Amino acid sequence: MSWTSFDTWIVVAGALCAVACALPGCFLVLRRMSMMGDAISHAVLPGLAAAFMITGSRTSLAMFIGAAAVGVLTALFTQWISRFGNVDRGAAMGIVFTTLFAIGLLMIRRAAGRVDLDPGCVLYGAIELTPLDTVALGPLEVPRVVVVMGMVLLLNLAMVGLLFKELRLSAFDPGLSDTLGFSSRLLHYLLMTVVAVTTVAAFEAVGSIIVIAMLIVPAGAALLLTHRLVPMLLIACGVAAVSSLMGHWLAIEVPSWFGMEATNSSGMMAVAAGLLFGMAWLFGREGGLVARLGRGARVSKEIDRAPRHGTEREESRPLP
Amino acid sequence: MWWNRTFVPLLLALLTLPCAASDGGFGWVDVVLLRTHNTWVVVLSTAVLGVASGAVGSFLLLRKRSLMGDALSHATLPGIGIAFAVMTAAGGDAKSLPGLLLGATVSGVLGLLVMLGIGRTTRLRDDVAMGLVLSVFFGLGVAVLGMVQRLPDAAGLESFIYGKPASIVLDDFRWIVALAVIVTVVSILLFKEFKLLCFDDGFASSQGWPVLALDILLLGMVTAVTVIGLQAVGLILIIAFLITPPAAARFWTDHLPTMAFLSALIGGVSGWLGASISALTPDLPAGGVIVVVAAAVFLVSMFCAPARGVLGRWLRHARLRHKIGRQHLLRGAYEILEADQSRPGAPDNHAFPRAELQGKRTWTPHELGRILRREARRGHIEDLPGSRLRLTEEGFGEAARITRNHRLWEMYLVTHADIAPSHVDRDADMVEHVLEAELVQRLEAALRKQGAWVPQPRSPHRI
Repeated sequence: MSWTSFDTWIVVAGALCAVACALPGCFLVLRRMSMMGDAISHAVLPGLAAAFMITGSRTSLAMFIGAAAVGVLTALFTQWISRFGNVDRGAAMGIVFTTLFAIGLLMIRRAAGRVDLDPGCVLYGAIELTPLDTVALGPLEVPRVVVVMGMVLLLNLAMVGLLFKELRLSAFDPGLSDTLGFSSRLLHYLLMTVVAVTTVAAFEAVGSIIVIAMLIVPAGAALLLTHRLVPMLLIACGVAAVSSLMGHWLAIEVPSWFGMEATNSSGMMAVAAGLLFGMAWLFGREGGLVARLGRGARVSKEIDRAPRHGTEREESRPLP
Repeated sequence: MWWNRTFVPLLLALLTLPCAASDGGFGWVDVVLLRTHNTWVVVLSTAVLGVASGAVGSFLLLRKRSLMGDALSHATLPGIGIAFAVMTAAGGDAKSLPGLLLGATVSGVLGLLVMLGIGRTTRLRDDVAMGLVLSVFFGLGVAVLGMVQRLPDAAGLESFIYGKPASIVLDDFRWIVALAVIVTVVSILLFKEFKLLCFDDGFASSQGWPVLALDILLLGMVTAVTVIGLQAVGLILIIAFLITPPAAARFWTDHLPTMAFLSALIGGVSGWLGASISALTPDLPAGGVIVVVAAAVFLVSMFCAPARGVLGRWLRHARLRHKIGRQHLLRGAYEILEADQSRPGAPDNHAFPRAELQGKRTWTPHELGRILRREARRGHIEDLPGSRLRLTEEGFGEAARITRNHRLWEMYLVTHADIAPSHVDRDADMVEHVLEAELVQRLEAALRKQGAWVPQPRSPHRI
């Protein structure tokens, strides 16, 4: 296999996306809203379609605004349905995003003559093509996606950095956060906005599958490895970045085992993140399966070795 | 429950009204009544699928695992791709439906086991497990499809994601019906066990039920519905089928069998109506229309269902607020009359300034005005010139009754508060109906000693 600057840019773009998602993802996981990324990335379809129908062009900005707006609406509708209708939040999310997705499909199909939108492209993305679309950044020719995702990453870093203690407080104890005057609902919507913006910015470039995976998997892996928030954020970012590199390598390498050409990198990045999660699950220091089995074996050995006079005395004592 | 008997037929009638009313439209009736030869397979399959997934979805909803269907349906994708590749390599019919479905089932079950494994051996919550399985399996599926799509004959594999209801053929229909019947029969046979699983799995396992096996069976049925539905209606629609009808049915009833039945009914009707609409309109894909129809039923249920709907709850809330307002007003008026009374005993009814009532509680003038208007309409209080108020004969009797009741309750809570006051509805019933006569007498004696005694109200009418 030959590694070119092309591959480097793909990995960089993927890593920027992944890290940008992993940061808000940690808070989503802590707030038990992991599925929000999935919901938002499906639900933005009508936003894209509407933006296209209104402006008549596929300029990124209109699409971006439309999609991000619908993304925030998804969070809003979910909240309303689960609060006013007293519906389980997961179910509310499912209803909202399937309905929005269906509406988007209908809009696209109705305007099929005029709209050239491929729903599949939204899901898979085309990370392989990112290095082709470049902008000049000083002396350097940098892919546009890298610039965009770099900006989104900076935005997310800024949010986590500036609102760190508020986010932490409202993630672990929304009640306390409210009584101290940091509205947990406001923070919730802020987080949702950031997730929507990240999702939309990322999937145009690299496909929503990376977004969904990177919002959840690195944070989940990190949560298996640590009990503290700052290490969790760092580990999640590390896992995200590594899985981008590993995923692209897998996408080139694995198909060659079967004599096929390289496959979709974004799918493989999700798989790589899953593999890293699996390693954390197996070999985690405290909760890992191996550690758990070892501990179990040690304990039963200790019990075997322990002097048995307790039970012997029990047996030999004469009945009263 | 009365509303089930009243509203369920009403709902059905409303939903079927369009086809009965539009006998002028020639194609409409034919399609809805399945007379058109080409569409009856499509319409019936989606309806049957709606019934099966609606029934299974009820258990998922109550187990708070609605999105499990989402995760499982995504998890089937790698299986489809791998099955396709294997069948191509073996030189068989690469797109034979049973083979693809087998692949989908295997990877779906694998995803399910990973999900349950994460839930049982780590401290991650269900939502993380679902999202993880969903994204990793779907990523793998995308990668596998990316690999196999260069094989000959791979076109159309992606229709598994969006579904092509219009392309359902008789053979698929047989599969769908067979599976739907199996799923429905299993749900009915194991109804008691699933119910226990949904409401109290800890109790179920302490009673010796194989909770894990039941869980796997339930989710296995979800996988089966998902897999068979994928081909017919696509990934997104099958998720909607598993979530929306049960959530809509939940608004109408608190009774699980009724809910499962209603949910199956809503699923079936949405599938049937949506597929009909789509068959009649050019370029409206059935999958999308069905989801939108189901969502419309959900919205109507959410607002209009009397049991748990938004409007019903709002109405009950408003009624309670009015009642509390009335009680506060009348008791406030009675206490003013009492304070004007120099000698002990029942006060007599006379006019008093409105400002005095205003000072009784922390209500705004606007609020007080609203309550006063309402009570004037009920004939409990009358406005006199000079912004004075007077209780009517009936209002005075009611005020005395409310005050007496309130004081008895207060006394009861003060002296016998250890008898779980939260278990007694403090203002819904007369105190005599809740407590024993002897206890009421003791409370009355205690009140008399304190001089806060309100005698039995005079009857407002001649006996």
